Amino acid sequence: MSDRQIIDSSASRKGIRHPVVSTADSHSHLIQAADVGKTFPGGHSVLAGLSLSIREGEFVSLVGPSGCGKSTLLKLLAGFDDATSGTLTIAEQPPDIARKTSHRVGFVFQDANLLPWRTVRGNLQLPMELQQVSSENRPAHIDEMLELIGLTAADANKYPRMLSGGMRMRVSLGRALMTQPQILLLDEPFGALDDILRQQLNEELSRIWQEQNWTGLFVTHNVSEAVFLSQRILVMSTAPGKIVAEIPVPFPFPRTPELRADSDFARLTGEVTTRLRGRL
Amino acid sequence: MSSFRSNRSLSKWIFRGAQWAGPPVLLFIVIVGLWFAATHLREIPRYLLPKPEQVVAVAWTQKAMLAGALWLTAQEALCGFGLSLIIGVVIAFAFTQSIFIRRSCYPYAIFLQTVPIVAIAPLIITWFGNGFQSILLVSIILSLFPIITNTTTGLISVDSNLVNLFRLYNAGRWQILLKLRFPHALPYLITGAKISSGLSVIGAIVGEFLVGYSQTEIGLGYLILQSSAQLKTAQLFAAVIASAVLGIAIFGTVNTLGNHLIANWTDTPDDSLKR
Repeated sequence: MSDRQIIDSSASRKGIRHPVVSTADSHSHLIQAADVGKTFPGGHSVLAGLSLSIREGEFVSLVGPSGCGKSTLLKLLAGFDDATSGTLTIAEQPPDIARKTSHRVGFVFQDANLLPWRTVRGNLQLPMELQQVSSENRPAHIDEMLELIGLTAADANKYPRMLSGGMRMRVSLGRALMTQPQILLLDEPFGALDDILRQQLNEELSRIWQEQNWTGLFVTHNVSEAVFLSQRILVMSTAPGKIVAEIPVPFPFPRTPELRADSDFARLTGEVTTRLRGRL
Repeated sequence: MSSFRSNRSLSKWIFRGAQWAGPPVLLFIVIVGLWFAATHLREIPRYLLPKPEQVVAVAWTQKAMLAGALWLTAQEALCGFGLSLIIGVVIAFAFTQSIFIRRSCYPYAIFLQTVPIVAIAPLIITWFGNGFQSILLVSIILSLFPIITNTTTGLISVDSNLVNLFRLYNAGRWQILLKLRFPHALPYLITGAKISSGLSVIGAIVGEFLVGYSQTEIGLGYLILQSSAQLKTAQLFAAVIASAVLGIAIFGTVNTLGNHLIANWTDTPDDSLKR
């Protein structure tokens, strides 16, 4: 990756976040899917006729019943797999090409997915090592990241097995952010955590998104988590999955824990839940 | 103060060592005791079962010859084990690079495991002659398979999401192999190496049985064969015990080094079994 891009994105970190404006202009859309279908060998159809578009800098959640193909869609966007029909683009390029040439993509997996033989520091360092980014500022960069994800210098030398589930998830998030991605794909990252921890990490994720300038696509089946984090929620149907509803979330940022006690929050959560249940 | 502390840690070490070595030593004493009782209470011919003290006496008088034989067999076993380790890992690497290579070569790897070594020994002698290189080859043939299968299993059983993570950062084949697959396979490789360490000693001894050696240089296997032919059973016992000690020493080293390598990042197997 070129130095220019890194400087650019760190400069734009302090950028002001604009409120959601719905626009029909497809050219401002960073991620686009048109009529995407995915059928696995053996004939199991997971996605069919799925269309969506996400603007640069937006935070969108994708909710849907288990097995509706949410994770599959994220994998297609990361370029791990190809769609069987339709077109899927990142900045008007196929995902794997975009990932290799122009756009840095971060992915937070369902389980922390850390390398057990590396310390926290070693795990955070991995993306830079693989991309062969010059190692000059690595230690300082890692220290910054540790602070951002709420870990101490002592934690940096621990191995994953010594960490709690929440801490492992923090490291996993930190690792995805190490390359300063333009797009962050999150696949139910907090699904295995207890409710209080999940809420804390939601607040921190929201804060990090505001500080930095990436585009987030967050997959979850927890409705209140989706409402808390997003500017927009897309509801998916059961498999073969497609988008069946789009619900804007009007609450201003920064979002605080008090928001969860707000009656509008409860109303919106209820609305999304109803939409979701209607499709089960 | 510091000497007091080091004294305490020394006694702790001794205590731990006793805890660890106590049970096997106790069993050893019981077995030798029974052996001693059996040979002293009943009249058993020396060529059938020598008395323990006779074995010790022979070992002492023949100590130079025994040590020489032990050293030679140790060299064969260690070289065989080391080469198996290297060749096995390289073959496993090749197996993971293409399913075609794996499919075409795996049956021949199984051949290594199932071939009766006695059947191909004449061929080995014809091709490589008598001596070190042929014994080494037998040792490798016997100890290679566990390394190949275990390492291959470890290399290909990597979680697909971890592979995806590497692909996300556009990692190349070599990066995935060296930074992901190989470290992931290390515990598997260590398990294979533990099995192979014993097999390499067996290979060296069987190799000496089959291939023999020159008149001037004698290994433990040849010594066992010779003692048996001459009904020198006490000497035979001494040689068998020496080869057992050699096997235990190599296994113990591999076990200790292996566990130390992965201690930081693998969970302790099952605590209930350690008690």
